[in-house]
Amino acid sequence: MTVAQLQKELDLKILSMPLPEKEVSSGYTGDLLSFVMGTAQEGDAWVTIMSNLNIVAVATLTDVACVILAAGVTPDAGVIEKALEKEVNILSSPLSAYELCAMIAGQLS
Amino acid sequence: MSAPLVYRYDIDGENFTSAGEASVKVKKSLRQLGLSQDIIRRVSIAMYEGEINMVIHANGGCATVSVYPEKIEIVLDDKGPGIPNIDLAMQEGFSTAPERIRSLGFGAGMGLPNMKANTDEMKIETTVGVGTKITMTVNVNR
Ligand SMILES: Nc1ncnc2c1ncn2[C@@H]1O[C@H](COP(=O)(O)OP(=O)(O)OP(=O)(O)O)[C@@H](O)[C@H]1O
Ligand SMILES: [Mg+2]
Repeated sequence: MTVAQLQKELDLKILSMPLPEKEVSSGYTGDLLSFVMGTAQEGDAWVTIMSNLNIVAVATLTDVACVILAAGVTPDAGVIEKALEKEVNILSSPLSAYELCAMIAGQLS
Repeated sequence: MSAPLVYRYDIDGENFTSAGEASVKVKKSLRQLGLSQDIIRRVSIAMYEGEINMVIHANGGCATVSVYPEKIEIVLDDKGPGIPNIDLAMQEGFSTAPERIRSLGFGAGMGLPNMKANTDEMKIETTVGVGTKITMTVNVNR
């Protein structure tokens, strides 16, 4: 499914979605950036509570389909501008990382 | 061997909230050269970890990426504190990152292991009090 479809199904808030047609193939959750760097796969929907600018670089370099900020986390100043510049999809939700991952898994199965 | 295409970046040591810029630029440049996804991913992940380490642990430095027909070489050079025990630093989970940097999501102690895992060769030259030079190579099999 596409990022736009996932956004709709999970009722995610759109913070930046320059690439709505990007394909979501799996999910990943984690907040330690070099752990994410080493294990997230291309096409993952990456669920995290990290909100600083570094998430944009990590998302760009790992080719994840989108970043989903969980638990009502809001991005730090400048994150959305940078995400639009680098073409990174960032969505958010009040739900916990656990709930989001369970729902992503449900959508993809 | 033909002359390599060389990209060089000065890495600012102050700016750890938006570090990773150089790696993102390299990724874009390698894409334009038409290298395979896998090679681009490995080079840019290895470089990112090295770039972040220079920002966090060494107050910045210099990154050079050289693209040869058969390999890509990444050299990260800094005048930071050096690494007293390389074996220890290479262990997954070992980190001396201070708390304020951990709160940004760094400090898992996975950076150096990621660099090793994503490259075909990695050499660390370091002198305590002088600096660290890390040379990594990713082979390109065309
Ligand atoms: N360029 C460097 N100069 C000085 N020390 C370094 C340098 N690079 C790494 N180190 C030392 O090696 C340790 C391990 O590095 P590594 O990248 O694996 O983990 P980290 O940077 O602490 O955390 P992470 O990369 O997971 O965010 C660091 O905590 C630091 O003590
Ligand atoms: Mg590191």
